Amino acid sequence: MTGIVHLYGDNVDTDVIIPARYLNSSKADELAAHCMEDIDKDFAARVRKGDMIVAGENFGCGSSREHAPLAVKASGVACVIAKSFARIFFRNAINIGLPILECPDAATDALNGDRLTVDLEQGKIVNTRLQKEYGVPPFPAEIRAIIARGGLLR
Amino acid sequence: MGMTLSQKILADKAGLPQVSAGQLITAKLDLVLGNDITSPVAIDELEKAGKTGVFDKSKVALVMDHFAPNKDIKSAQQCKKCRTFAYGNGIEHFYDVGEMGIEHALLPEKGLISAGDLIIGADSHTCTYGALGAFATGVGSTDMAYGMHSGTAWFKVPSAIRVVLRGKKAPNICGKDVILHLIGRIGVCGALYKSLEFTGDGCRDLDIDDRFTICNMAIEAGAKNGIFAADEVTAAYLRGRTTRRGKTYVADDDAIYDSEVEIDLSTLKPTVAFPHLPENTRTIDQAGNIPIDQVVIGSCTNGHISDLRAAAAVFNGRHVAKGVRAIIIPATNEIYLQAIREGLVQTFIQAGAVVSTPTCGPCLGGYMGILAENERCVATTNRNFVGRMGHTTSEIYLASPYVAACSAVLGKLGCL
Repeated sequence: MTGIVHLYGDNVDTDVIIPARYLNSSKADELAAHCMEDIDKDFAARVRKGDMIVAGENFGCGSSREHAPLAVKASGVACVIAKSFARIFFRNAINIGLPILECPDAATDALNGDRLTVDLEQGKIVNTRLQKEYGVPPFPAEIRAIIARGGLLR
Repeated sequence: MGMTLSQKILADKAGLPQVSAGQLITAKLDLVLGNDITSPVAIDELEKAGKTGVFDKSKVALVMDHFAPNKDIKSAQQCKKCRTFAYGNGIEHFYDVGEMGIEHALLPEKGLISAGDLIIGADSHTCTYGALGAFATGVGSTDMAYGMHSGTAWFKVPSAIRVVLRGKKAPNICGKDVILHLIGRIGVCGALYKSLEFTGDGCRDLDIDDRFTICNMAIEAGAKNGIFAADEVTAAYLRGRTTRRGKTYVADDDAIYDSEVEIDLSTLKPTVAFPHLPENTRTIDQAGNIPIDQVVIGSCTNGHISDLRAAAAVFNGRHVAKGVRAIIIPATNEIYLQAIREGLVQTFIQAGAVVSTPTCGPCLGGYMGILAENERCVATTNRNFVGRMGHTTSEIYLASPYVAACSAVLGKLGCL
């Protein structure tokens, strides 16, 4: 998959990914309309299918709301790459089949608007602008099995 | 190789003699929790997957607390979905308006938690129950759905940080100051994926409400769980609440910890987390001049009876400053009733505060105290992220009930 980078910093919390005022709904398309609203007001209008979110440390910290990865996924984002993830967001993303990759080097180098190619099978990220390739250690087999069937309950 | 306290509980629940950090295990759950925000997603997931029924009707708890009593039609629909599911599946621990309270205060009060339990909850502050010597951690709705159906969950066994508490607290210092101090030291990523295990002679000086507050905010350091070994304080709390025999675990003497943090309780000062991260802490003497518009005293972090007592002691004979809205939210009906019996509610109202029915309400920007543009709030809640309690330009200062009450009287962040 290849997509354009939307870049964010450290500690992007689930309150800004999907503010609680919208949690009176659990419909993915309604949530996606407000994705990233409190940190990046125009994100929902700007994002295109296949785009990627790249962020710093502790992405998805705070609330356990699964609405956060649901909103990200429904907004068309194909993959989230971060230096590190908050653990509940990490689990939730895997459980709903939103691809995520922990890759500090790729996250450090990326700029807004960069084009990244991601190979989930091989654990590989390529930054087209830099012509640079990054390896990502594979998830343990148990987690790969959840991803392969598209989520925990699939 | 020795195991941490958290690892010992996980090993037992996975039926393994030994586990080590990083290992993936499947373990049996003693309780699965959800609320009116997270449960509807879980119920939908179960239905989509064609799975019906729950693994044990007595081991699922659904609490309508976030947007209940319902703030709007959509919230009402979500509670209705939970209610229909709960009645349809014979869920024994379904708590609706009238019986409900903020989940992490309510479930211990109802005796649903015992020492040594393994609990997952679709709410990040599920880690609160570590105060009772349980391994409890927050998960999302799909994990909740899977747990409700199967009675199991997968875990990556965490490594741990040992937090050694020494000495005795000074007057007006409580669990909130301890955990804010710790987060200020290790940061919001400081315990990412790890357990925070609290130990040392200082634990004896922390009552159960202090411990609830400390474990509650373990997640704000990124931790998977926070935990105190069960002791006589735990036993005294559990007595009369639960008939289940808990199991007391202690860490092995040769358990391996990633690091150790020592805190001398006697040196702690009232501590405040400035916007917009819980790690931005300052002691109150370094606060500067911060005029405020609102104070919220409540939440799963600080809505316990001892929190209300601390606030009432400040408000007694004083009045909320003009221009400040003070909102007090007892965490459960039992706490509310106790506050009425002790005259605390009268003290609050005479001081010019309002007292709300139990709800998470303003803590997450739901309702019952939303902030306008550029407004500032001193809150005993747990998060001060951008927009958490309202407008994205509003500011939240996290503090203890004592500091929050003092600030309400002063009209600015501070202590009397």
